[in-house]
Amino acid sequence: MHNFDYHAPKSLDAALTMISDREEAKIIAGGMTLLPTLKQRLAAPSDLIDLAGIADLRGVKKDGNEIVIGAMTCHNDVATSDIVKANIPALAKLAGIIGDPAVRHRGTIGGSLANSDPAADYPGAVMGLNGTIVTNKRSIKADDYFLGLFETALERDEIITSVRFPIPERAAYQKFRHPASGYAVVGVMVSKTGADVRVGVTGAGPCAFRMSEMEAALAKSFTTDAIKDLKGNADDLLSDIHSTNEYRAHLVGVLARRAVAEA
Amino acid sequence: MTSKVTLTVNGKERSADVEARTLLAELLRDQLGLTGTHVGCDTTQCGCCVVHVDGKAVKSCTMLAVQASGKQVTTIEGLAAADGTLHPMQEAFREHHGLQCGFCTPGMVMMGIDIANRMPGADEKTVREQLEGNLCRCTGYQGIVEAILSVANPGAVKDHHHA
Repeated sequence: MHNFDYHAPKSLDAALTMISDREEAKIIAGGMTLLPTLKQRLAAPSDLIDLAGIADLRGVKKDGNEIVIGAMTCHNDVATSDIVKANIPALAKLAGIIGDPAVRHRGTIGGSLANSDPAADYPGAVMGLNGTIVTNKRSIKADDYFLGLFETALERDEIITSVRFPIPERAAYQKFRHPASGYAVVGVMVSKTGADVRVGVTGAGPCAFRMSEMEAALAKSFTTDAIKDLKGNADDLLSDIHSTNEYRAHLVGVLARRAVAEA
Repeated sequence: MTSKVTLTVNGKERSADVEARTLLAELLRDQLGLTGTHVGCDTTQCGCCVVHVDGKAVKSCTMLAVQASGKQVTTIEGLAAADGTLHPMQEAFREHHGLQCGFCTPGMVMMGIDIANRMPGADEKTVREQLEGNLCRCTGYQGIVEAILSVANPGAVKDHHHA
């Protein structure tokens, strides 16, 4: 790992000043991706600005019909939150199967979403639950946030402060978990609120996306039968040593049906 | 450039000059001489380096020493009593033969305590799932799982090896 200067600001304003003053600086949240990246020298920032000391960025609350999760809330705190379990149990389940327990004590929802790893779980949740990414500048709807492989709508001087999830009537998350890494080979979050159905997919493509054909079919009939002939479009999906794109396309269909059955 | 980091390790305040890139595992092992914390993979996978930071299990190879500033860190060396009496989890590993070569053992014990703290009454399946991030390359999981289970959920362990 190349060396860098480390900063631990106590406020969001202080962090924003630091990042605007230092062109090669990087923000660190839980560090579960960034630190391994630095070890491999795939990145060499001049400065690391650690958000862990900003208390306002942590915690879970219910605000009207939404659950609001602070960006620096770790996965274990989401998985075990009484508020999340009571209102969006599918989200608590998702947080509880990220990585392993030690990773869940460090990794954060904001870090996961800022990184937008194609195989991360939270992007699937934000897509499937119609979440909103709140930053120091604006609110970004799920549909506008994920742009491509490790690419999001975030600007350089933009920090995620919280993520808002509308409480669905029904929702479930199903994941084909890579047996060694725990990452999603494919993960599908299905939710239903009134007439609105969303199917968010992670792991399968360059970034999280929705299955609109499935959503339309499920809006007519929220049953596994309604989507029995639907699967992902292999041409748009990733192939790697873990899975071909065709297999991922197949998994999108299987996991969506399992999620509908569970929701 | 180094900076001074001060933290509490096994109940004692310790200070050291570290580079920003120094890992918590490196601080513990190389500067504080606490070599009970092992580094197996150095890639957040094997769990040999698990310690407790403010009471929670973390992988010390994937945390900067400076991030532990002001925190309470407990390592395997901090478990036994001053007179050598083992911590109940260490005793359970001894009783249930929860180790073969011993390399993964410090991380397994630290994670075992974390599991027992978070999930009292956990069943065997849960303990195995919770050990996701701790690898034993001797594959001696049976004894490890029994040891952790015997502390987290004493009623769940059958006394098979005395049969």
